Amino acid sequence: MGGLAEEAVARAHREEWGRIVATLIRVTGDWTLAEDSAQDAFEQALARWGTDGVPSNPGAWLTTVAKNRAIDRLRRSATERAKLQEVMVMESQDDDELDDRLRLIFTCCHPALTLEARVALTLRTVAGLTTGEIARAFLVPEVTMAQRIVRAKAKIRNAGIPYRVPPGHLLGERLPGVLAVLYVLFTEGYSASSGDRLVREPLAEEAIRVTRLLALLMPDEPEVGGLLALMVLQHARRAGRTDAAGDPVSIEEQDRSAWDHEAIAEGVAILRAALRRHRVDTYQLQAVIAAEHATAPSWAQTDFRGIVRAYDDLARLDPSPVIAFNRAIAWGIAEGPEVGLHRLDLIADRLDGYYLLPAARADFLRRLGRRREAAEQYELALGLAPSEPETRFLERRLAEVTARE
Amino acid sequence: MQYLLFINTSPDIDKTQPAEKEPMDIEDWVARMDARGVRKFGDRLQAAEDATTVRVRKGELLVTDGPFVEGKDYIAGIDIIECENLDEAIEIARLHPMATHGNVEIRPFWVWED
Repeated sequence: MGGLAEEAVARAHREEWGRIVATLIRVTGDWTLAEDSAQDAFEQALARWGTDGVPSNPGAWLTTVAKNRAIDRLRRSATERAKLQEVMVMESQDDDELDDRLRLIFTCCHPALTLEARVALTLRTVAGLTTGEIARAFLVPEVTMAQRIVRAKAKIRNAGIPYRVPPGHLLGERLPGVLAVLYVLFTEGYSASSGDRLVREPLAEEAIRVTRLLALLMPDEPEVGGLLALMVLQHARRAGRTDAAGDPVSIEEQDRSAWDHEAIAEGVAILRAALRRHRVDTYQLQAVIAAEHATAPSWAQTDFRGIVRAYDDLARLDPSPVIAFNRAIAWGIAEGPEVGLHRLDLIADRLDGYYLLPAARADFLRRLGRRREAAEQYELALGLAPSEPETRFLERRLAEVTARE
Repeated sequence: MQYLLFINTSPDIDKTQPAEKEPMDIEDWVARMDARGVRKFGDRLQAAEDATTVRVRKGELLVTDGPFVEGKDYIAGIDIIECENLDEAIEIARLHPMATHGNVEIRPFWVWED
């Protein structure tokens, strides 16, 4: 059994899982049957492709096997005759397949499900991650995650959540819920703040893949383009974000040659296309900020005034404390550390217990040469730091400001 | 699908603010949903203080005054609707004036396997 076949199965899993499951759910209305049949098909591929060779059209091969497995399962159940008819006439490469995946995404992200359930279900059903993988990524026991997914599927069935893309007049209010799920998926993968990094990086890639699909299906929605641009631009910098030991490197000190400049160019192009529609939103503004950072030749040559303007707009649309915090930082970088400290003081009461607040104060104080005060703030931040690598980063800074001249 | 709508008052409504504009008044809602054929039955209920709660524990009857959960909000009415799916039920519920002044809980009926 060659590694090539395994690689082909893995690739097919990434590319075909969501489509196969989506089509089987549409035809049978049975989520578990659809997933189990798709799972069987991939297991068969793993057993057969190594000896028989990889089929010329892996997607069609897998769809046929999954369909046959669904028929077998339905035959065993006498009450499922009507569904059986539907599956028998199902085309192996349906014209409807893009719509099927979009149906699946919108159903998994229905507002009648909790955000947690939506995220878990999207990863399981659209992206094809196992329950164990999702549980590890979100640091919950596998049993808990399994229950969460079972509960969500039960609610879809019992409450009559329709398997469809909402009609035009509902699309506007339903799209943000879908984008929120994709954004959570991405940020969970992007921030290595907690959990297993090996599991988390693929989360970001899955989020990008599903968002790309959504952008392809809804090309006229600048919100989708904005989110996709934001993800692509952030992800393009991943190689520079950590050092060899896996510790975070501040963007100021990152090796910009390690960034993926092709991806940056793509992200900027997607963002430009979205901005041309003149319907600005929080994702597009965050992408504008990410693009400023990603395209600047160096930290010193970054257009911080432009970044401050984008944050001002963003704070008007999104009054959350984290946005206010990032805006204060941007002000401090553009106008000087004293302005930054003052801006942080103005919002400090909204950021109680947030370890980045003392860390940011410490950084501004360090730049002002107020080393003793900086050390105090680093100590405070260390008391709140969530993960090992961040703790090491703060300890290094603390050692710098407490070292003898 | 059949759903029961619990039409509830909400304690979280800020009475000091001018009341939000409802999409339609209750007579219009009833007339519209009846005309659409989605509303099977519905009515307003007496206040929660007129409720009586019955329990049998160890064979003994316990009758108490008031609703089964004490709270500021209470069920002010019910409607039984029949429609395509949850999205349609949400569309129906959002038009009810009490969705603006209180809240509406949508409960699907149990489906008996035959």
